[in-house]
Amino acid sequence: MAQNTTLMAAVAGGGAPLPEGLPGRPRALRLPHGPKVIIGLVILAVFVVVAIIGTWAAPYSPNATNVATWVRHVLVPGTGPGTGVPAHYYPLPLPPSSSHLLGTTVFAQDVLSQLLASTGATLFVGLLAAAMATVLSVLVGVTAGYIGGFADESLSLLSNVFLAIPGLPLLIVLAFYVPSAGTSILLVAIIIAVTSWAYTARVLRAQTLSLRSRDFVEAARISGEGRLRIILVEVLPNLVPIVAASFLFTTLYAIGVYVALAFLGLAGSPTSSPAGLWNWGEMLREGFANNAVRGGWWWWWAPPGLCIALLGTSLALLNFGIDEFINPRLRVAGLSRRAAKRAGIRVRPSFGVTAVVRRKAEPGGEVAAP
Amino acid sequence: MSVAARTPSTTASVAAEPALEGRNLTKYFSVKGGHGIFARRARLCAVEDFSIALSAGTVTGLVGESGSGKTTVARLLAKVITPDLGELFIDGEPAPRRRPRSYTAQVQMVLQDPFSSLNPVYRVRHDLVRPLRIHHGATDIDAAVSDLLRRVALEPPERFANKFPHELSGGQRQRVAIARALAVRPRVLLADEPVSMLDVSVRLGLLNLLADLRDRDHLAILYVTHDIGSARYLADTIMVMYAGKLVESAPSATLTDSPAHPYTQLLLSAAPDPDRAEPPSLAGSGAPPSLISPPSGCRFHPRCPHAMEICRREVPPDVPISSGHVAACWLHVDPAQRRAGSNGGEAPPEDGAQPRPNPAGGSPDREHDPMSSTIHEEG
Amino acid sequence: MTLGNAHLTPNAEVPADPAAGSAGVADPVLEIRGLCVDYGLGDEAVHPVVDCDLVLRRGHVLGLAGESGSGKSTLAMATIRLLRWPGVITAGEVLFHSKPASGERRTVDVLSAGEEELRSLRWSEISVVPQSALNSLNPVATTRAQFDDLLRVHRRNLSAAERVDRAVELLEMVGLTADRLRSYPHELSGGQRQRVMIAMALALDPQVMILDEPTTALDVVTQREILEELMSLRDRLGFAALFITHDLSLLIELADEIAVMYAGRIVERAPAVSLFRAPRMPYTHGLLHCFPPMHGERAAMEGIPGSPPDLRALPHGCAFHPRCPWAMERCRSETPTLVSLAESGRTAACWLHAGDVSVPQDLDLPDPLQPAPGAMGAAAPRFRRSSR
Repeated sequence: MAQNTTLMAAVAGGGAPLPEGLPGRPRALRLPHGPKVIIGLVILAVFVVVAIIGTWAAPYSPNATNVATWVRHVLVPGTGPGTGVPAHYYPLPLPPSSSHLLGTTVFAQDVLSQLLASTGATLFVGLLAAAMATVLSVLVGVTAGYIGGFADESLSLLSNVFLAIPGLPLLIVLAFYVPSAGTSILLVAIIIAVTSWAYTARVLRAQTLSLRSRDFVEAARISGEGRLRIILVEVLPNLVPIVAASFLFTTLYAIGVYVALAFLGLAGSPTSSPAGLWNWGEMLREGFANNAVRGGWWWWWAPPGLCIALLGTSLALLNFGIDEFINPRLRVAGLSRRAAKRAGIRVRPSFGVTAVVRRKAEPGGEVAAP
Repeated sequence: MSVAARTPSTTASVAAEPALEGRNLTKYFSVKGGHGIFARRARLCAVEDFSIALSAGTVTGLVGESGSGKTTVARLLAKVITPDLGELFIDGEPAPRRRPRSYTAQVQMVLQDPFSSLNPVYRVRHDLVRPLRIHHGATDIDAAVSDLLRRVALEPPERFANKFPHELSGGQRQRVAIARALAVRPRVLLADEPVSMLDVSVRLGLLNLLADLRDRDHLAILYVTHDIGSARYLADTIMVMYAGKLVESAPSATLTDSPAHPYTQLLLSAAPDPDRAEPPSLAGSGAPPSLISPPSGCRFHPRCPHAMEICRREVPPDVPISSGHVAACWLHVDPAQRRAGSNGGEAPPEDGAQPRPNPAGGSPDREHDPMSSTIHEEG
Repeated sequence: MTLGNAHLTPNAEVPADPAAGSAGVADPVLEIRGLCVDYGLGDEAVHPVVDCDLVLRRGHVLGLAGESGSGKSTLAMATIRLLRWPGVITAGEVLFHSKPASGERRTVDVLSAGEEELRSLRWSEISVVPQSALNSLNPVATTRAQFDDLLRVHRRNLSAAERVDRAVELLEMVGLTADRLRSYPHELSGGQRQRVMIAMALALDPQVMILDEPTTALDVVTQREILEELMSLRDRLGFAALFITHDLSLLIELADEIAVMYAGRIVERAPAVSLFRAPRMPYTHGLLHCFPPMHGERAAMEGIPGSPPDLRALPHGCAFHPRCPWAMERCRSETPTLVSLAESGRTAACWLHAGDVSVPQDLDLPDPLQPAPGAMGAAAPRFRRSSR
């Protein structure tokens, strides 16, 4: 049933058009806040710091190996003294200790150093790919949405084609045919970007279409603004929240894809020639390929796995935060539901019964006085 | 400010060439007709053979229901859309093709919805600075902004210049929109339902502002509205549109006091008017026709209580009723001049007198389905 | 309680319509007393409705006029508790006096009613016609399906054929033909959609209809047609209507009694004719002078200066005082409450009528409904109606 929804949105300070003259903070200052966003930001900040200082802060080089002391040597049964066979040892990784905070790998390498060195590449590929994909999607989406006509038809077709192609198989094929991909962050990022821009482009196209028909765009046209300026100055700033949200989402996707490629061994190995880059996917691959799970050497595979999960969580939290920012309805629902719970009111969206909360004092003239 | 006090300026400027004139404007839109897979692109005639002249120092009211084509006329005059037929003239000279800056510098438009016509991410200043920069180069921008805000009575201007649209009320936003249009120093202002989204109590303030701009700055103003009462208040001349065509045009008091066209009479009888002596009786109810396949002859004939045979066959000519008063209606054509064959028609009213709405003749036709396709109503 | 007159006894009220006078005073069907509504809780709550009293009489049309944000829709929705969270009713009383055609009379305390009771009340006893039918009708269901759903739930004894018959009957009542049953909402024009909404609201023979700006989105001709139909239906079926609109000039032609709201409070309540001819509250006076006349000499009008207030930062004292030409010192500090005026059946919330200042002439015009010689003829025209 109809009701005064504008007022409700206004009460929660929504970003939607407010009714008559309600003062509010300038839009630019109303950045998303709240526990979700703060936790997400903190985690992301930690990773960024690690990415920057990782290689420098690592106690060892990620490739450094010390077969003598960084592994435990276990005698292969049926060899060594008394068997007549020369003693054969197989190496076992060392569990975490004071000299190796995250233990070592079976190749006698320091896990912490690898982890620190990997963060940079992983994060950088993710961000770079997301940046490229976002630029691509803004170009395609906004152009298609604003110009319309034949440009729209063809650009939409293009993004639909890219949407329809299954991403990971294409990536595998691409990475397979570009063997040097693993050695170049840029190449990996380009490959990922090419396969991940289409969805955002479609979202932006739809948004631009709706913005284009808004009166302020028409008003700018009437006052004589040029087309490019209208797109850049009038339309784009209104798309910033969406672009930001999809940038985060694409970063998350790109990191996942990079890890997956590396896990499949398609992003080059640091030990191959030319050498690939250390990244979390590569760490996981080495661990899984060398029985880290079956051997119970959790310190080898768990840290990169956790890092992926944590970074993903932080990006997702930030994304939620921006989502609530874009869509005030979500915020109103969340906030008010919490407030209602505190006041002991049952809020049921399905069947509306307005709550009756009698004030302690009898209603009187002073009630409304601010 | 006073509505009554501006008669001299009106008469003085009528003689000169109209600042902006549209002759025989016709605009078709293509719409989806029919249903499902049989949908075809159909041609919707939004405006047909419509002529309008806006003179400096006058307000022309353009009144019609939704879908009558009144907003399309304003958009045609603003050159936001191009007419399929017809021409525009500025000061009697043919207007340039396309929409060069020289045109936007003279003809500006104020849009209906002040809640969406200001970009939410920018302060008011931005909206005013842009047109100033585009059309007048970088002179003293700050002074110009203050001056504009003062002209639309947003004071103190420094405070309003730094506000975001959501901090303003609807009336204030519309004033900003008017200031933006004034920033290019136009000679013609096209106001498309400028007050219909505003609260009742602030509408008059806006209308008075427009009256001020006409009197003080000698602007030629087109006031598009569905509210014939406000048109009567503000406009010097009122033109009534129905289904894309002009039905009647007259000085505003003449039009509302002695309407000649049955549709104008219907519109007036439907308008809220607590002062009315007796309850109104609607003569000719029903809905406006489909614009894809409009009725033959007079487009109002299916609803008209006075419809005659000729109304179904022939498009009525613009008949002069008195000085400046024109109605497109066969009732006002001398019966001898209506070609034969109108045997089914009723006798025309006595000369000069307008046809009285006939309560008995106005059998309330139930609102019929306008057509079996989607009408895309503008604005 | 602040108001001595807040709970007017029925016989203290004058019949709103002179024609109804002979038939005696209609009994109240919906009584709202001291209703307060907040959005949100605690200190940050805004108060869209403060201490509102209304009495809707059987068969009458009560008009509720106000600008956007005045709280008129909020008040109406709170009355049947359809207001969504964060809307909360914080005080007051809403009594519905049911007098069904068959069955016993009863009085329902709406604010303490349970979910089940409210469910049985809504639609069948009190129905709502919202402003936008397009948002209220199911876009993927035909008119017939929408009627069918409604009648199947509420009129279990009807067979499928009877349900269709009833739907046709209802459609014809609001001026639509039976072939509209096959239409989807998007195939109907705005006026037709609103007619379907009215027909659906009438489907269960409600005693009260709440019409929330039912014709605001429509063209004037369609609006007039629908309102005329609505009023003749009211005469035939005898429901009472709470009619909410921003268009006071329309309301004067339509309503028996009018309440004007400003910033969440009812500032004046009077029979429609009295309100139109002799407003007592400056805001009503200003609002009436916001509609340019359709006749006579064209003269400059001023409207009301300023803008409607922000509910989150209401002016102290009377919320209207910053826009009021007669504002006094007292208006800036004290909030006036609704008090009865010398004329019976009229109330206004204004310090000018507190008795200690002389009332400006504009606010002291003779009330046409009061027994003053020669004043009776000045009644405003009405939609066709019969006395009940």
